[in-house]
Amino acid sequence: MHSLTFDVAHMLAGSLVLVSFMQLYQDRLYALLNIYALHALVLTASVAWQAFIQDAPHLYVTAGIALIFKAIVIPIVLHRIIVRLGIHREIETVVGVGPAMLLGMGLVALSMVVMLRVTAEADPLAREDLAFALSVVLLGLLMMVTRRNAVSQVIGFMSLENGLVLAATGAKGMPLVVEISVAFSVLIAFIVIGIFLFRIRERFDTVDLQALDQFRGERE
Amino acid sequence: MKLDALTGILLIPAVAAALLAALPGYRLTARLNVLAALATFFTACSLFVVQPKSGPYLLVDDLNKVFIVLTTFVGFTTSAFSASYIGHEIEIGRLSPRFVRFYHAMYQVLMFAMNLALVANNIGLMWVAIELATLTTVLMVGIYRTHEALEAAWKYFILGSVGIALALFGTILVYMAARPVIGEGLYAMVWTVLVANSAKFDPALLNVAFVFLLLGYGTKVGLAPLHAWLPDAHAEGPTPISAVLSGLLLNVALYALLRFKMLLALNPAAIAPGPLMVTLGLISCVFAAFMLYRRRDIKRMFAYSSIEHMGIIVFAFGMGGGLANFAGLLHMTMHSLTKSAIFFAVGHISQVKGTQKIADMGGLTVTNPVLGWGLVLGVVAIAGLPPLGIFMSEFLVVSSTFARQPWLAVILVLGILIALGGLFMRLNTIAFGEPRGPTAKAEASYVPMFAHLAIVFTAGLYMPPALVAGFENVAKLLG
Repeated sequence: MHSLTFDVAHMLAGSLVLVSFMQLYQDRLYALLNIYALHALVLTASVAWQAFIQDAPHLYVTAGIALIFKAIVIPIVLHRIIVRLGIHREIETVVGVGPAMLLGMGLVALSMVVMLRVTAEADPLAREDLAFALSVVLLGLLMMVTRRNAVSQVIGFMSLENGLVLAATGAKGMPLVVEISVAFSVLIAFIVIGIFLFRIRERFDTVDLQALDQFRGERE
Repeated sequence: MKLDALTGILLIPAVAAALLAALPGYRLTARLNVLAALATFFTACSLFVVQPKSGPYLLVDDLNKVFIVLTTFVGFTTSAFSASYIGHEIEIGRLSPRFVRFYHAMYQVLMFAMNLALVANNIGLMWVAIELATLTTVLMVGIYRTHEALEAAWKYFILGSVGIALALFGTILVYMAARPVIGEGLYAMVWTVLVANSAKFDPALLNVAFVFLLLGYGTKVGLAPLHAWLPDAHAEGPTPISAVLSGLLLNVALYALLRFKMLLALNPAAIAPGPLMVTLGLISCVFAAFMLYRRRDIKRMFAYSSIEHMGIIVFAFGMGGGLANFAGLLHMTMHSLTKSAIFFAVGHISQVKGTQKIADMGGLTVTNPVLGWGLVLGVVAIAGLPPLGIFMSEFLVVSSTFARQPWLAVILVLGILIALGGLFMRLNTIAFGEPRGPTAKAEASYVPMFAHLAIVFTAGLYMPPALVAGFENVAKLLG
């Protein structure tokens, strides 16, 4: 009984969760970066579809930002940074791939249970969108805590943010969505510039955040 | 947009930021910075005389007037302290003139962002403003470009961003809850409209939204266990920024939380936000009190003390009711004033000693009596000894809790006492005993520090009835 519009929106949001899972098990930075670009592409499609079915032209701006900024500019810049820093080899994960995937599945189940239960009265489209968005957010968080490398933490944060954009565009008629997605792009630009300008490697000798954590100004 | 006090407190810092970014020479810019902050403060005070009209984006009511005046006042005194602090940093070559220009511009951007967050009537706008405030402080924390400063900035940035992301998710959920009642579009994000219709919202959605908002903005308040960024950010940035972070930015995040708490309190079917806040507040207070004992860095120590006090404040607001809210407001004001005064002293002390390590400081009351006794007075105040202002507010928090939940009051008192012990143990090393480290005279401006301490001291003995009436009114608003 669901219409085609619903099915397409559902498929796109679901694919975003799937791509989030793909990010979890990438153990090389280049591959991770490519998957992130894919993540941003799926987000673009999803936002554009929402713009189409909600008849909300301003959402095309958000989709445009996602496409140009997140799917093209950021991956290229990060790619160059990785080359510059010479850290294109392996990523160290704190927990293994297996446990990370299991944790991820648990988080998705959790967000389904929580969101579907509390939004019983909302319209089905927004409802499922929200559940998927929360899954993407939680998977992004999981990625940030299971990685030690600064670049992959940033990618985790960016995919978390994609989840938020999905939620914001799914909430029909929400004001300020474009402004918020611009604000987030500024935030991300800051992070990327931060990695590059501060030249973490030069200062720290490594982008391995575990090594950074050992210094806290508390040692004698 | 009409030009009134409301747009004034936003326009002055914005224009000043642009000017400061363009003008060279630190003497000129430092003065301009003070001047702009003073003008903003006076404009904020005028809000009490003529209350501007609120619109769908901006709002002035009794609650945020208190926050705005406090923010602009501490913003002004800190800019005065910052002028002498930064002068010294340039002399010893720790900061280059280019960075100072950037620093002053960022200072005004931060004031703008905090004022915007406080006057925002739109929950989306409020979120954007708090994000802006976070970004500017991240940049300022990392301004020394040392290993530690960059690590602190990075940590603050990542944790702050996660907090902010969670807060946005909460904001979206509030909109989802409001949409069926208010309808699509702008008004479903306007706080005054939300409050008026809150009783009809879907309670389950509101509950989930509040959990996200509490975790998100709670990270920015520095509540344990989400506080990890706070000590590093305080310790490694320039001291004026530590003063602004502790004295103001934590309050702004708390203010956001309070707005949403009011929203939830008006919906009878939603969970009571109080117990969640009480729990987080107590954990923060007790945890930070214990952490005080192992600190070796003076700024980190006072950062933990900020976590402790934010815990007490969140606890008081969580308890709710007229008296506890009054106590929470008073405590917040007193803490802002006292903690920034302490950081003013600490800034000059660490400049004199050339280090922030407590072990390398000693006998300050002998070598630098004004600074030393200023710090002693500040610590006595922050530890909550009578007759100073913080004693008053802590007494009110504890006594109002004893009447309702004696066990919680016992834990709270325990936390306060443990913190008192920790603070005095370290103070003993720093202020008394054998002089250690360099003993040069400080080229300090003592006025801001003693002005704050004088207010705190006076508030402990006598509060003007008008102020009490104003606070009582706001306390009632908070429910």
